[in-house]
Amino acid sequence: MSLLDVRDLVVRFGDVVAVNSIDLTLDSGERLGIIGESGSGKTLTALAITDLLPEGATRAGRISIDGAPTPTTERAMARLRGKRIGMVFQEPMTALNPLMRINDQIAEAINLNCLHASAQIDTPQLLAEVGLEQKHGDRYAHQLSGGQRQRAMIAMALASQPDILIADEPTSALDLITQRKVLSLIVEICARRRMALLFISHDLKAVAQVCSRVAVMHKGRIVETGSVSNVLGAPKEDYTRRLIAASRFDVSTHQQHSVGAPLLEVEGLTRDYRQRNAFLLAGKPLRAVDNVHFTIGTGEVLALVGPSGCGKTTLAKIIVGLDTATAGSVRFAGQSYRGRDLPKALRRDISLVFQDPFSSFDPRLTIGNSLAEPLHLETGLDRAQTPARLAEAVSAVGLDPAMLDRYPHEFSGGQRQRLAIARALVTRPRLLVLDEPVSALDVSVRGEVLDLLARLRAQFGLTYLIISHDLDMVAAMADRVLVMQAGKIVEEGRPSAIFSQPQHQLTQDLVAARLPELG
Amino acid sequence: MGPSAIMTAYIARRLIGFGVTLLVAAMVIFYLLDLLPGDPAQFILGINATPDSVARLRLQMGLDAPAYQRFVEWLGGMLRGDFGMSYTQRAPVASLIWDRLGVTLPLALAAMVISILVGLPLGILAARRRGKALDTSIMVLAQTGVAIPNFWFGMLLTLIFAVGLRWLPPGGFTPWGEDSGAALRGLILPSLALALPQASILARVMRTSLVEVAGQDFIRTARAKGLTMDEALWRHGVRNAMLPVLTILGLQFAYLIAGTIVVENVFYLPGLGRLIYTAILERDLILVRGATIILIIAVTSTMLLTDIAYAVVDPRLREGSRT
Repeated sequence: MSLLDVRDLVVRFGDVVAVNSIDLTLDSGERLGIIGESGSGKTLTALAITDLLPEGATRAGRISIDGAPTPTTERAMARLRGKRIGMVFQEPMTALNPLMRINDQIAEAINLNCLHASAQIDTPQLLAEVGLEQKHGDRYAHQLSGGQRQRAMIAMALASQPDILIADEPTSALDLITQRKVLSLIVEICARRRMALLFISHDLKAVAQVCSRVAVMHKGRIVETGSVSNVLGAPKEDYTRRLIAASRFDVSTHQQHSVGAPLLEVEGLTRDYRQRNAFLLAGKPLRAVDNVHFTIGTGEVLALVGPSGCGKTTLAKIIVGLDTATAGSVRFAGQSYRGRDLPKALRRDISLVFQDPFSSFDPRLTIGNSLAEPLHLETGLDRAQTPARLAEAVSAVGLDPAMLDRYPHEFSGGQRQRLAIARALVTRPRLLVLDEPVSALDVSVRGEVLDLLARLRAQFGLTYLIISHDLDMVAAMADRVLVMQAGKIVEEGRPSAIFSQPQHQLTQDLVAARLPELG
Repeated sequence: MGPSAIMTAYIARRLIGFGVTLLVAAMVIFYLLDLLPGDPAQFILGINATPDSVARLRLQMGLDAPAYQRFVEWLGGMLRGDFGMSYTQRAPVASLIWDRLGVTLPLALAAMVISILVGLPLGILAARRRGKALDTSIMVLAQTGVAIPNFWFGMLLTLIFAVGLRWLPPGGFTPWGEDSGAALRGLILPSLALALPQASILARVMRTSLVEVAGQDFIRTARAKGLTMDEALWRHGVRNAMLPVLTILGLQFAYLIAGTIVVENVFYLPGLGRLIYTAILERDLILVRGATIILIIAVTSTMLLTDIAYAVVDPRLREGSRT
């Protein structure tokens, strides 16, 4: 008898079938991964098992734990999931109550289940188990880092000493090093407590690292299931094969380009943020960027990598003229500026592509209107030329100009990121600054977007500054890498050299945190 | 810096803001009334007065001094509790206002308490039964409550409870000193009339806010811990949903005080609202000025209390400018 047995599970939103007749089993101590693109129904499956489906969703099918069907009354089901199932969600900031101390949130989970728990457990013990210090328990969610929050989430999930842990994309909101640590923590705890794990992710490498068995979901169905080595090593289904191919960054058009004269020179750039203490007196300034020097040659792809908070986004904002440096300067095409004073004539030459294609479009403007906005930077442009310029940009990213009349919500994530790139291209810029250009996208479309970037570079002779914490992507795209830590550049070199022989401690940690390739 | 030091600093910052607001408000009131046409000395003495006697009275009232000097004197007087003399009522402004506050302040506070006690539970109930008949009924009721003008509702209450059932007095006010029970009974209908629209607004805001919170991730986390939806909303939802409600509450107090002017007239209550109303009609500028500054102090103090309540509820706000 399996610990968890799911038969013929169906989840519907009205007439739309989101999860279609799924069968799953999970034995005690087993670690099962569910992989698939966003919208494939993997999260809904987890929520259906625990009866936490969003409003408007209905479920059908049989779910039993230890052979007993799960209860139908809300209270009994709530207590059962509290006792038997621990859950860890994707975004630990929003998953924690912002107004309650971490200790109190953990204690609540303990107290709810203390009547049933056989062994005593307390908050300090749980904090220690997930690698948090006792002082972290006294804090609120906003006072912790992303990794610490996710550890607190895990501590809460463990409070009832559950037999099953369901982790839904637990690391995709974290940076690379933290990601690796949290994954190791989950594996270690599951092994120690002999706890079964249902691990939901779009990251195949993470699943390969953590799980023993895997189920591949596509459009609400499980298309393939089996041991990790069989499914990921020798996939039978075409869809699985495509998913695996997409998770390797084989950027097809990547070849050595000749790098021309320096296009952008960053000289001694420093950015201090004035910090005020509670009495509004000036405190010690926070140095986000600390005396940074580098150049980018025409046609070069330069990558800036580093953990969250290292100052890479601040640096990018100064280069594109959204923020002003405290000291130092930037030279672009022979003209010098410090940030917001970037001359208007130069603004059209530098474009920015944001990380999240969902929030970077105004939902009430048509795509055409959004894309046309940067064109006001071209003073000499005749209005009649606008449609032609928009069509040119949209065609360049491989989309149909007929889409310009639509609104952002009508597009998928991958399409939106193409449109964001089109918006960046519409002024025919020379330098594109890409801030985590694919990290908000599904693995299956990341490859497409990177291919597109490589093709555009070859076609228009573009120069890229890519900001990322994703070493695999950087290795596939960049000619040169800068590693940044606490506002300083600590290492520089070709990706192959840096990743095979990292010199600086941070680079070594980053390289060590990379998950091994599949197969 | 420890949590209590952060809180102290937060309150200190708010207090400074409170003082500055009051000072600016006092300046604005002083200069606006100063700019108004009409000479108080001329007004007091009537149109038949000789220019000579007007000039003498101006001198006596200190009206010939430069504006900034009179402002400083006025401000200093207020700090000592001296708001000047009303020249229509021939009595100190401070004692006139003090008498009237005994009616208006209990009235506004009672209305506030009633609107909280009625509005918030109804809003929570509606949110928890969202889309059900109960939710619809409460929201229709709230819609009506906002739409009904409070003077009309006041007259309706008088008809039912005073004229019809004869439970409560239809109007007028027995001073607290004479019979505090009668004073209290005299305030019941007016405060109900005043509370109705406020309770309706609170119910709507609370419902919307709680419905939004119900969809957030941490409510799902609470349910994953083993709480039912109702338990999760009660333990984690309501406090988070209170944040927008607090803002509305702070603003409402200002409206309540303004609302007393109408309601005091309907119920014939000798409150601050009626005092200001007659003072304006009679061009008693010193009285208007004193009463207005008291109203501003009342409203600004409510804002200060709202800010402090915010910080008590939300730890993120205590840290102020650091985001």
